[in-house]
Amino acid sequence: MNLNSKKESLQNESLQNEALEIQMLLEAIHQKYGYNFKDYAKAHTKRRLRHRLNISHLNNYAEMMHKVIHDEEYFNTLLLDLSINVTEMFRDPGVYKKIRQDLIPRLKTYSFIKVWHAGCSAGQEVYSMSILLEEEGMKDRSQLYATDFNELILEKAKMGIYPLEVMKTYTGNYQKSGGKKDFSDYYAADYDNVILRQSLKKKVLFSPHNLVTDGVFGEMNLIFCRNVLIYFNRDLQNRVLKLFYDSLCPGGYLCLGSKENLKFTDVEDQFEPIAHREKIYRKKRLP
Amino acid sequence: MSNTHTHTKYEAIVMGVSAGGLAALTAILPHLSDKIGLPVLIVQHISPDSDDFLATHFNRICSLSVKEAEDKETLVNGTIYFAPANYHLMVEQDKTIALSTAEPVQYSRPAIDVLFETAADAYMDKLIGIILTGSNCDGTNGILRIKQLKGLAIAQSPESSEVDIMPLSAINQAKIDKILDLNEIAPYINLIMVKET
Repeated sequence: MNLNSKKESLQNESLQNEALEIQMLLEAIHQKYGYNFKDYAKAHTKRRLRHRLNISHLNNYAEMMHKVIHDEEYFNTLLLDLSINVTEMFRDPGVYKKIRQDLIPRLKTYSFIKVWHAGCSAGQEVYSMSILLEEEGMKDRSQLYATDFNELILEKAKMGIYPLEVMKTYTGNYQKSGGKKDFSDYYAADYDNVILRQSLKKKVLFSPHNLVTDGVFGEMNLIFCRNVLIYFNRDLQNRVLKLFYDSLCPGGYLCLGSKENLKFTDVEDQFEPIAHREKIYRKKRLP
Repeated sequence: MSNTHTHTKYEAIVMGVSAGGLAALTAILPHLSDKIGLPVLIVQHISPDSDDFLATHFNRICSLSVKEAEDKETLVNGTIYFAPANYHLMVEQDKTIALSTAEPVQYSRPAIDVLFETAADAYMDKLIGIILTGSNCDGTNGILRIKQLKGLAIAQSPESSEVDIMPLSAINQAKIDKILDLNEIAPYINLIMVKET
């Protein structure tokens, strides 16, 4: 073995050892706390854990495993690290515009509709839907369910308080989405934060639900799960998509993130694409 | 019949570019040989609500096929991938693409550091990283990781950069293997990548 290929195999081995330690750490989290991250996309998990490792002044993931087993506070920190909580009100405004134009007229034919925001994070997109349904006169005939596996972020979602500095973006999104009012009608501002109007929360039920381990959720007319599936591997994606299929009523809609789609998934044939760019699918009715 | 030249060991190229990117990429991508035989992944800083115009535009003017990177797709040799607006672009160990909406890095999403660091872990010393014109320091950490894993680091020469801050930052902090003028970059890649037959 020449010097170069020896160096290479050492690098290779050290990366493999690191991957093994991460696997053991995730196993420990699963066994101790019941959260299963083993089927998450690996590059994502590794980046988040590496960041935490660096700022925790630990030497390796074996030490991190020891700490997470003995220190529940530290586990809660890791739990936040491993979930991505970056979103906006009316994120991808074109999606909401499409819902207003194409889905709402069809949904209005139902006497009552149920909407599920799976992986709702801090609630921004749930409240966006709440506003949309109110403006379309459907609020009294609808129920929204907002779930996330992370109970800390769910508490934040329930509060509906956001930093004032993001309101400019949210307002712009709202306007582009075909919003009909002055966006400031929907919140009250203090110096640094805004609190959303209480009435927007009336039809929303927040509850913990883990897509990895929990089961079917009602007979939904519309499921939002945007920018969650990209963090899962193919197997887990297929399991979760099956869960969505089983949770939708016939003809129900599934709305994914702008870079997610059903191509090459197990349920590809069971949905028809309604809006290609907006990634909205409809569950096929049985023939 | 191929001659006695040993084929290069490199298996992927990553590029990072910010301000001045369209002109810089125009001076490189259409001049890459369709025989380079490896995937090229690019982060160009763009506004979050951009569509896929970069991929569409370059696909029209390049001999290599150019597309926007899709989550979970397997990297194909001879294809150029652009990070989609508002998503980080990452490479998995199994040489597939992963996208992420995680927080911006160096104020950027997509961030060059995220692509370079994950690609370095996946390809180790078989990766070529190229830092082009730009007005921030994104990419420097990524280049450091590429060098740590013994990949090849290239920077656009500050003199030939529309904005020299980004290449200068990389040059000052990392051991860059090659500093090339803009019009030398494509010929250099073709030279080290294309197998003589």
